[in-house]
Amino acid sequence: MTATQIETQPRTEGAGYDDLPALISLMSGDEKHSAAAHSTLDVVWVLYDRILDVTPETAGDPNRDRFYLSKGHGPMAYYATLAAKGFIPDEWLPGWLEFDSPLGSHPDRNLVPGVEISSGSLGHGLPLAVGTALGLRAQGLSTSGAGARVVVLVGDAELDEGSNHEALELAAALGLDNLTVVVVDNRSSSYAVGGRVADRFRTEGWHTVTVDGRDHGQLETALSYRPAGRPNAVVATVIEPVIEPVIEPVIATVESK
Amino acid sequence: MNPRLQFAETAADLVETDLSVALVYAEISGQFFGEVERRHPDRVINVGIREQLLVNVGAGLALTGMRPIVHTFSSFLVERAFEQIKLGFGHQDVGGVLVGAGGSFDAAGAGRTHQAPGDVALMDTVPGAHIHAPGTAVEVDAVLRRTVASDGLHYVRVAGQTNADSFPVTGKLHVVRRGWGPTVVAMGPTLDAVLEATAGTDATVVYANTIRPFDARTLREVLATPDVVLVEPWYAGTSAHVISAALADRPHRLLSLGVPRTEFRRYGTPEEHIAAHGLDAAGLRAALDGFVSLAA
Repeated sequence: MTATQIETQPRTEGAGYDDLPALISLMSGDEKHSAAAHSTLDVVWVLYDRILDVTPETAGDPNRDRFYLSKGHGPMAYYATLAAKGFIPDEWLPGWLEFDSPLGSHPDRNLVPGVEISSGSLGHGLPLAVGTALGLRAQGLSTSGAGARVVVLVGDAELDEGSNHEALELAAALGLDNLTVVVVDNRSSSYAVGGRVADRFRTEGWHTVTVDGRDHGQLETALSYRPAGRPNAVVATVIEPVIEPVIEPVIATVESK
Repeated sequence: MNPRLQFAETAADLVETDLSVALVYAEISGQFFGEVERRHPDRVINVGIREQLLVNVGAGLALTGMRPIVHTFSSFLVERAFEQIKLGFGHQDVGGVLVGAGGSFDAAGAGRTHQAPGDVALMDTVPGAHIHAPGTAVEVDAVLRRTVASDGLHYVRVAGQTNADSFPVTGKLHVVRRGWGPTVVAMGPTLDAVLEATAGTDATVVYANTIRPFDARTLREVLATPDVVLVEPWYAGTSAHVISAALADRPHRLLSLGVPRTEFRRYGTPEEHIAAHGLDAAGLRAALDGFVSLAA
């Protein structure tokens, strides 16, 4: 069964935030899985529910808003949100990670409707988003602080990758005010220095704000703000102990007989 | 004209005439882009000395429907930023035109850091990537216009070494000389040395300025004997697998000539490197004589 052979349709009436644990449990198989186990869930939900101007119907429009899940890891929250918003059928979820499923532990834009970039290798989403922000600007699809925008989600440990620093420097230098980075900070970086994430963006000239990554009101306010002439960085702190389901890449072994 | 200058001139013209074209570079060659950058600052973008960003900015532009030309030295474009090519363009499945300058030994005096004999072999691992090695400035102009106007991912290798004559950029092998002896496949700017090395012999010489996809059909049509000699100005044997696939059902022998896959700690000039690798006419002739008996 491939993506094109699945006969089920995405939902036409949107589900709500309270439906996400049930959707996630279709993948995890864990009836008690709570939203709190997913560090990115609240950010992704608020983006699709309140911020991004994109729907399944407009997913191909040149002037849509884009969401780039840069880190690619732990995508159950992302898939659940895409299902809740009608981009993909709920029926895809139970088969995730199977050979013929379009849903892998890292998303593929060529397999999943609504997914804007294929990710998984860290440090690519923000550089790609800089190019996209430049492309939207060059085509007149976004103008100072308005029009199409690109929002990219990175993890705090993902910022270990130096490619991010090439990107955040240029984004500020070119005043890419159609670009927002949301850093989900669950303190997972080795050698972390408190406050460094926000400081680094601020030093380069970004508008920077730190919010509670579970507080939908704070996230909405921070992610809605579009400062003219500057890119926007939102550090979404997820401080409670979080048990991420560990999805290690499966290295198949052939049993000798 | 110098091929690299031709690239800059053609790229500027394409930016000027096609609103969907963007030129992204990383300081290198900036001295040639001043005028077009001043006129089109939204579509001519210098990212600074940031090659990982260079490639992904190109891919990010492509994700919005634009056609990016992405340029720096081949060593930094392909070898340094390879994962960005593999994922940003290849895995995302978006297109663009990557233009690498310098080739294997343009920067002979600069040493190994600025030499990229492995660029074609690396690009050959990206599914669907087209690879071009124009042999003259005229071919640089033609291939750039053709690839920017088409879709898909293209790598254009712009090197200082050139051939005397230009050939159309058709994707086909050009039969430069038809004989009844061995077949010599000259890739990119190796053609003149191949023609000199085989002058007065019965060798067939075919020329490729399109390296991938390889024109297997023409090779099969011209093959007169089982003997094939492949001459590439990058790592020796890079294209051996496409020759092997083209002739899978034919008994054949293959001699692969090119830049040796060894660390080569020499400076000097491109001509000295070409000779040292046995890719000048004398070196090629010696290798040919060791492989087959060439009749007059």
